[in-house]
Amino acid sequence: MSERATSSYQEPTEEQPPEQSKQKPVTNGAQSVVRALENAGVTHLFGVQGGAIMPVYDALYDSEMTHVMMAHEQSAAHAADAYGIVSGKPGVCLATSGPGATNLVTGIADASMDSDPMIALTGQVPSDMVGSDAFQETDTTGVTAPITKANYFASDTDTVGDVVGEAFAMAATGRQGPTLVDLPKDVTNAPTDREPGPARTPSTYNPRTDPDDEAVETAATALANAEKPVILAGGGVIKANATAELREFAIAHEIPVVTTMPAVGAFPEDHELSMEMAGMHGTGYANMAITHCDVMLAVGTRFDDRLTGGVDTFAPEAEIIHIDIDPAEISKNVYADYPVIGDAGTALSRLHEAIPGEPDADEWREQCQTWKTEYPMDYGTPDDEPLKPQFVVEAMDAATDADTIVTTGVGQHQMWAVQYWTYTEPRTWVSSHGLGTMGYGLPAAIGARLAAREDQAVVSFEGDGSFLMTLQELSVAVRDNMDITVCVLNNKYIGMVRQWQDAFFEGRHSASDYGWCPEFDKLAEAFGAKGFRVDEYDEVADTIEAALDYDGPSVIDFHIDPGANVYPMVASGGANGLFALSEDQL
Amino acid sequence: MTQGLQGPRPEERPHPDGRRNAQGERIDPVAEAAQETRQATVSALVEHEPGVLSLVSGLFSRRQFNIESLTVGPTTVDGHARITLVVEETDAGIDQIKKQLAKLKPSIAVGELGTDAVRAELVLLKVQGHEPDKVHAITQMYEGQTLDAGPRTITVQITGDQRKIDDAVDAFRQFGIIEIARTGQTALARGDTPTTPGESPAASAESTAPANSTPNSDQ
Ligand SMILES: Cc1ncc(C[n+]2csc(CCOP(=O)(O)OP(=O)(O)O)c2C)c(N)n1
Repeated sequence: MSERATSSYQEPTEEQPPEQSKQKPVTNGAQSVVRALENAGVTHLFGVQGGAIMPVYDALYDSEMTHVMMAHEQSAAHAADAYGIVSGKPGVCLATSGPGATNLVTGIADASMDSDPMIALTGQVPSDMVGSDAFQETDTTGVTAPITKANYFASDTDTVGDVVGEAFAMAATGRQGPTLVDLPKDVTNAPTDREPGPARTPSTYNPRTDPDDEAVETAATALANAEKPVILAGGGVIKANATAELREFAIAHEIPVVTTMPAVGAFPEDHELSMEMAGMHGTGYANMAITHCDVMLAVGTRFDDRLTGGVDTFAPEAEIIHIDIDPAEISKNVYADYPVIGDAGTALSRLHEAIPGEPDADEWREQCQTWKTEYPMDYGTPDDEPLKPQFVVEAMDAATDADTIVTTGVGQHQMWAVQYWTYTEPRTWVSSHGLGTMGYGLPAAIGARLAAREDQAVVSFEGDGSFLMTLQELSVAVRDNMDITVCVLNNKYIGMVRQWQDAFFEGRHSASDYGWCPEFDKLAEAFGAKGFRVDEYDEVADTIEAALDYDGPSVIDFHIDPGANVYPMVASGGANGLFALSEDQL
Repeated sequence: MTQGLQGPRPEERPHPDGRRNAQGERIDPVAEAAQETRQATVSALVEHEPGVLSLVSGLFSRRQFNIESLTVGPTTVDGHARITLVVEETDAGIDQIKKQLAKLKPSIAVGELGTDAVRAELVLLKVQGHEPDKVHAITQMYEGQTLDAGPRTITVQITGDQRKIDDAVDAFRQFGIIEIARTGQTALARGDTPTTPGESPAASAESTAPANSTPNSDQ
């Protein structure tokens, strides 16, 4: 193994804004930008240098904040996104104008689909050249308008810091999401002594956090009258830090809990009331529960089509109570009989107080347990077969603590990682849900690593295809000596596509068969990371142990059964209750 | 050891009979699922800053809302503008449009106007100038104005509600319409009713700002 670069990485300590006394007075726009971030409590940034953003980087030179120099801007955005998921505070990414800014786009869109708190700062050509197709010019606010919660073109040096503060506050408040500030080079370079004020949302933005009493009461009555109640927890539960309220509510009223994919970890999957994840690759029992319930308490979910399948068959007999901070989510995809607009935690506590009695649901709870025994998650593991990916996921889960953070790419491996790992804590499952971005896993692991506690392990499950998209970020993990374990579930296919081709395209493997992949263990070593390769069952446990013990980034290339498929599966647009357990049921 | 996932096959499982329509509403299995569209006039009070119009039009195109007309202009408050939109959508669609508009950062307040609202549109019509007297007569009939009259063309302006404008355009066809420019509808709520929630109506010429800021919809 080659020598690792010396580490400049330090684990985050208690996060506090740097003391005012240490700060020198602001003398230009760029310093004002940096000061605004410091004031907002930012401790880490992810980015790539370039001409138009250089003034900001120059100002960062004197800052206490830790900047992580990424290999590609897309990864900077994913790292910031994951940092936001794990820490609950907006992650920050930086890029230069033009190609730097456009490289961020995938990461911003990803954060937008998942309502992750994130702020992107982009350099821009000088104001007097804007609109002239100048070198490295892109209409960044134009390009990102549909994929940001709010974006800003900073045109005034005196207020640029306030704008950054507002962008930060917008990203963190109400329904979270990515924001962007475009920073023309002359604006950041120009002199100013104005210190930015505290981060504030604009006066036009006042999300309603306290739900309406009447809405809560009618919803509570509907729930109390249910015979087959189910809670559908969405990612908003975690975003709102409402997992304690959710757990308390569900356990007190003994209501089975189904989660969406972004909500994995919101409710402990080893609890009797947990039905785990529903949707396209959710468990059979979760999909049975949402199909047969008569009242659904949906919290902080946008009813994505991967969850609902066809809306005509989604929870077809259920009255729906929908708690959400964003009124526009109410009845957007699925009609809500009882809308409750407000913060998830507040709404759940209020509902808890208002509920006039327990739902009479003994039979239903029994039914839910029966479904668990009827449709258990299982896979065959005769030793002579090629290594099963599910076995690898379970082995990794067994070897790590309950609060280990899992990040993933997108594809079959992502689904195995969610299905066969038992999540019990919020903010430990970090994945690309809405956008489904291959290449998310490694940069997300980097962001997660910096937001996590030092003793918390970070494991990334990758497909060979997903890993190939952003594996250059290994250079970052090695340079800053980040303790990350990458598990490549290598099937030499872009496997999820191969699975669909087998199911729906008569097995015609058009552009899904790599045939040849680089040797990822050796590639890891070339980057200065620790590399392992596993082909057999009996190598799994020891290799996992060695990789976890290694203090720094390691990559295990698991050569798994290339024919392994993800089940259960609801065909897209199909009925959740008709999930297939194997290909012949599709 | 089991071989993969087990359990009853899809067709052997119990299934509920219920169904939802395209809007996700539960429906009587025999009732029809289709929803009628209707025309709605939506008024949005916004911060008058660069890019607002493109945010609004971008919202409409990316969410595939059917937009009939859009007008925009400043109000009596510096830095505020009113956008009036006419849309043709289902009730659920109109509801979404209002909520999505309210989410835009520059949006201050959004309201839908009732059927009794005051509405007007302006149209400029350029017609052949062969029969100036007749053109003049029709213009007067629709309380319009002649803006330009030459040997070959006459340009007139008509204002009024959509129906009146449609009728006027029909009436001018006989002369041969050369060009036409319509502004699209703009509107205010009638009487004391605020056009957007919280807006104080006839109170003063200085302010159209909400008296005490009503909770805005989320983002
Ligand atoms: C950036 C991007 N491009 C294409 C896709 C479409 N896609 C979805 S899953 C998949 C296959 C992923 O292959 P791999 O990462 O090897 O994972 P596997 O399914 O084999 O576990 C592809 C190509 C995507 N999700 N993201």
